[in-house]
Amino acid sequence: MIEIENIHKAYNGTPILNGISGKFEKGKTNLILGASGTGKSVLLKCIVGLTLPDEGKVLYDNREFTTANKTVKTEIRREIGMLFQGSALFDSKNVEQNVMFPLDILTKMPLDEKLDRVNFCLKRVGLEDTNKKMPSEISGGMKKRVGIARAIVNSSRYLFCDEPNSGLDPQTSILIDNLIKEITVEYDITTVVVTHDMNSVMEIGDNIMFLHKGNKLWEGNNDNITQSDVEELNDFVFANKMMRNLKKQSNAS
Amino acid sequence: MFIANIGKYFMFLGSLFVNRESFSTYFKLTIEECSLIGINSIILVAIVSSFMGAVTTLQTAYNLINPLIPDYVISLVVRDMTILELAPTIIAIIFAGKVGSSMAGGLGTMRITEQIDALEVMGINSSSYLVLPKVIASILMYPLLVILAGILSIMGGYLVGSLAGIISPTDYIYGIRFDFNEFTVMFALIKSFVFAFLVSTISSYKGFYTSGGALEVGIASTQAVTTSVIAILFADYFLAQLLL
Repeated sequence: MIEIENIHKAYNGTPILNGISGKFEKGKTNLILGASGTGKSVLLKCIVGLTLPDEGKVLYDNREFTTANKTVKTEIRREIGMLFQGSALFDSKNVEQNVMFPLDILTKMPLDEKLDRVNFCLKRVGLEDTNKKMPSEISGGMKKRVGIARAIVNSSRYLFCDEPNSGLDPQTSILIDNLIKEITVEYDITTVVVTHDMNSVMEIGDNIMFLHKGNKLWEGNNDNITQSDVEELNDFVFANKMMRNLKKQSNAS
Repeated sequence: MFIANIGKYFMFLGSLFVNRESFSTYFKLTIEECSLIGINSIILVAIVSSFMGAVTTLQTAYNLINPLIPDYVISLVVRDMTILELAPTIIAIIFAGKVGSSMAGGLGTMRITEQIDALEVMGINSSSYLVLPKVIASILMYPLLVILAGILSIMGGYLVGSLAGIISPTDYIYGIRFDFNEFTVMFALIKSFVFAFLVSTISSYKGFYTSGGALEVGIASTQAVTTSVIAILFADYFLAQLLL
């Protein structure tokens, strides 16, 4: 489980996050939801340590991360897998080398064991026979799946996904969402997904934290998100005509 | 701003040596970088240095019109100019243009596409992992490029001098060997180590801290070359003042 307590962050005097607290549970897909520019990615960066919060704490299974020394931080980081918005695959390495990278650096596994693990993870994300392809030769959806394979190859305990559906078609988005959900349950890991995609919310939102202008306005799950009385959340959820019509129909019945 | 940048640069240098990965990781990366930095620069260095020697020979001969000055002075001038200045300094400027811009561009692209963030999240010291092999490879390969440039420059002068009938091969060789001070070679090598360090660290620094998009990567590459060249010229002056 990951806990965040009173996270504050400002850039050049402009507050981005105003005292965000919450819990991200193990074995569940925890979503950080909000419109663009609400501080979702900044919060994620604070949690994984890419940005230091001005105030507040991040605890990984009760291990303080924000103020920990380098050794502890590195130890925790080596249990983290992350899928970046643009996949962040290493351009100079092929798919196999990209997925094998954490094993090369962080373990002393023999090569055949590493290859077995890489092939297992690639198979798990549905990418057999792509080992020798370069990132420039595969589609956006495939890149995301390689990114997921790289994130789980080292048996990570925590999986972070920054807008995993950005730039993908709706069908591929659902595939990626389901893959994240399945992996979370299968490996019993703590998954945090930053998204603004309502399809993701409805598909995989076990725990949802809604941010608006740097504040946490609502917390719940995909079953009760449509019944919220938070105006900003309703504006976000029912932003499109189809959702508004559905709400009207539901109210009428 | 300038002072802050200098401070940040030194902190960046410090970060290269902390929280490192295993020796074998760096060894493999350094060999790869040696190939990228050294082997891939050989042709350019060879062309530039050969022509540099040829042109220096022609221009020295053009200026030495007094019949009292013996012909071998031409090759003596070519030798000293090549070893003291042209091979280490001019090739350093070429090195900054080719290797420095490539380092800054590569690291800048990695930064904006979150590849550096990916390394950090994995618990890897990204500056050390990405930059240290480049710095070591530059320090290993650039002096070799300077030696190659020196030899080819003197050979270029020999070829042009002989073919154009400016100086006989015997006089050329005599001038090259006349009153030779071995310290000039040592001086050129010291300069090459310093220049390699400056180009690789400044360019990496510029690339590593790129923020924004493709436009900023281009700006970082340009700044890497400009700053490296200025640093080379300052270091060149200080080393000459200090060691000669």
